[in-house]
Amino acid sequence: MPSYVNPEKCDGCKALDKTACQHICPNDLMALDKDKMKAYNRDVSMCWECYSCVKICPTQAIEVRSYADFVPLGASATPMRSTDTILWTVKFRNGTIKRFKFPIRTTPEGKAVPDGGFETKGGLDSPLLFTEPASIGMDDVYRMNN
Amino acid sequence: MAEFQTVVVETDLLIVGGGMAACGAAVEAAHWAIQNGLKVTLVDKAAIDRSGAVAMGLSAINQYVGLKDGANSIQNYVDYVRNDLMGVTREDLVANIARHVDSSVHLFEKWGLPIWKDEKGAYVHEGRWQLMINGESYKVVVAEAAKNALLQTGVGEIFERVFIVGPLMDGERCAGAVGFSVRENKFFVFKSKATLVAMGGAVHVFKPRSSGEGMGRAWYPPWNSGSSAYFTLKAGAEMTCQEVRFIPVRFKDAYGPVGAWFLLFKSRATNAMGGNYMIERKPELEKWGPYGRVKPVPANLRNYLGMLDVMEGKGPISMRTEEAMQAIAESLKDDPKAYKKKMKELESEAWEDFLDMTISQALLWAATNLSPEEKSSEIAAAEPYFIGSHSGASGAWISGPEDLQTAETKSQYFWGYAHMSTVKGLFCAGDASGASSHKFSSGSHAEGRIAAKAAIKFIVENNQMPTLDPAALEALKAEILQPLATFEQFQGATTDPEVNPHYIKPRMFMFRLQKIMDEYAGGITAQFTTNEALLKKALELLAYLKEDSEKLAASNLHELMRCWENQHRMWQAEAHVRTVLFREETRWPGYYFRADKPTIDEEKWHVFANCRFDPKTNTWETMARPILQVFAPQPKAPAPVLAHA
Repeated sequence: MPSYVNPEKCDGCKALDKTACQHICPNDLMALDKDKMKAYNRDVSMCWECYSCVKICPTQAIEVRSYADFVPLGASATPMRSTDTILWTVKFRNGTIKRFKFPIRTTPEGKAVPDGGFETKGGLDSPLLFTEPASIGMDDVYRMNN
Repeated sequence: MAEFQTVVVETDLLIVGGGMAACGAAVEAAHWAIQNGLKVTLVDKAAIDRSGAVAMGLSAINQYVGLKDGANSIQNYVDYVRNDLMGVTREDLVANIARHVDSSVHLFEKWGLPIWKDEKGAYVHEGRWQLMINGESYKVVVAEAAKNALLQTGVGEIFERVFIVGPLMDGERCAGAVGFSVRENKFFVFKSKATLVAMGGAVHVFKPRSSGEGMGRAWYPPWNSGSSAYFTLKAGAEMTCQEVRFIPVRFKDAYGPVGAWFLLFKSRATNAMGGNYMIERKPELEKWGPYGRVKPVPANLRNYLGMLDVMEGKGPISMRTEEAMQAIAESLKDDPKAYKKKMKELESEAWEDFLDMTISQALLWAATNLSPEEKSSEIAAAEPYFIGSHSGASGAWISGPEDLQTAETKSQYFWGYAHMSTVKGLFCAGDASGASSHKFSSGSHAEGRIAAKAAIKFIVENNQMPTLDPAALEALKAEILQPLATFEQFQGATTDPEVNPHYIKPRMFMFRLQKIMDEYAGGITAQFTTNEALLKKALELLAYLKEDSEKLAASNLHELMRCWENQHRMWQAEAHVRTVLFREETRWPGYYFRADKPTIDEEKWHVFANCRFDPKTNTWETMARPILQVFAPQPKAPAPVLAHA
């Protein structure tokens, strides 16, 4: 079914003009039932299980039930994504639990500086791009016959 | 039908798409646009934090040349790509991307992407060209830099959830793009002096192996729907390598990545009898010209050897994860504590590989109680995809850079602006540009930057806002919104909105396309095999489908997007079938097999097979273009090693 919404946890993102899951789904699958104020995945067979909705949901109302046409029931993978790490809890069909923690970024959220601190040397006619050659780590960009 | 407000946005550079190439284009364009007093607009059908093929994340960066470490040269990369694509590659384009890709990777690291380092502080390589990353937020970080570049400086603006249907033309010059909001009743007209297309490749053109819920678990994401191909074709651009589809061999069903297993963990794949097709079928490689003798063995030939096993009933093919993990820890066998620690580390790396980029595969392991250190996992060839950034090559035929040419190549491969298509003012990057394979995420970003800088130069030197015919715009608006009108007009004719003699819904339209391609153009059901008669039958059925595309119906904006995505897929399909028909040989047997032309023909077909749709006459033409080398092939292909045991 791919992603599904737990109605007890989903609050339809309350007063916001659209829900977080509607905002983020790369395939425009998450929709809001305005009568119930609950989100739902409107076309599960087009879901990539990318977990973008799961990770962004402010009430942790979204989970994934694997594709029923080839995956046995009973497993789950649950992320807890913070500003710099992600913690995964993987539950096996036989009840085994595994936990993994990985870094996700090394800079504060929102602070990616476009030039990365590298100086740009060339002009519009040069083969050097923005931040080059410093960002290549060389004195110059590769040119034929050098 | 509800009124649709027409919103006109005038800009200098229009970037269409929001993935890696588009984000690279945004960062680069912002810098040069500020210097030249220009405006940049990016439009994406999704939200750029999680759009494109890297939305979920990645566990590796697949293109890093490592020039600063002196590890590889540009020519090494060109040699690798040329060999992998069976000799069919534009060396000027591959070299141009290769000389800039390290810059993009170093920027990613500064922006916050964690790249694995060894104890000496050097990048950990998965393979010669691949780096290991903690890539859950790869796209988030790259999108953030693009947004900061455009929005913090005020040089640009970003439209999300606007679906671009196709190009706007002013005579022979691309004048922007048209589309609609998928959130509100608005028709969008983007007028621009240059347009950069980076809307990804195409998935679900062929029937996928899973046809229930699991249909969405394509290897490449289902939202890559051929929009780049449609846009460039409809603008009248010449296309290249439309026959060079890609079929990845991946962990079966959930399509988890195999790169870390084959390259980093040095795993073997074995068949039901324990045999290794890479060894047992080595003599087969001799049939495929000089490309059968190169190292690494081209991806399509590796596929092919495995497919031969499966077709002979020797499946399943298993990735020997348990064997590989034990082999790595083997040296620590005498120290149980260290051995246990190493195995734990490997286990974590194995799971992260999936959790970073194919969570479904982790779920499949968990649902089948599978621990990779104990049991092997099945791998299989997936369905065909169009992805010019990977080991496929389909895309638009674009100009190379002026300075990476010989006198001979310059006459064929350069026409004014790097990475501009044959249509004036229309630039392409990532999956939108062809014959420059193996750029992956990082090279697509670098190519977006190259194309964006060239596009800014084009604008500075051709600084006129195009003029548009208001009547033509109204006609385009009516055509784009027609599926909504069709639904409204006929929905009362039956009691089931899905079944109606007056229209076809986009889902069934897609299934019809997939069935044609699967059975006649060498999909999984046909074991990737086709021939002239089958291809002609495919064209006949595609012609009916094209007629019926005028009867597509949509009950809402989401379905309207699906209608157009599937039209885009149909155009990608037709370009593919026509080009497979044109190339009378079999060159990539692990991607498709022409049963009526079962061998490689270096003499006649060592060329690019290009095609073009002429929007004025509504006709297609196919043409061969010469493959010219910028770099002498080096090292020379070794002599045949056919002393098979």
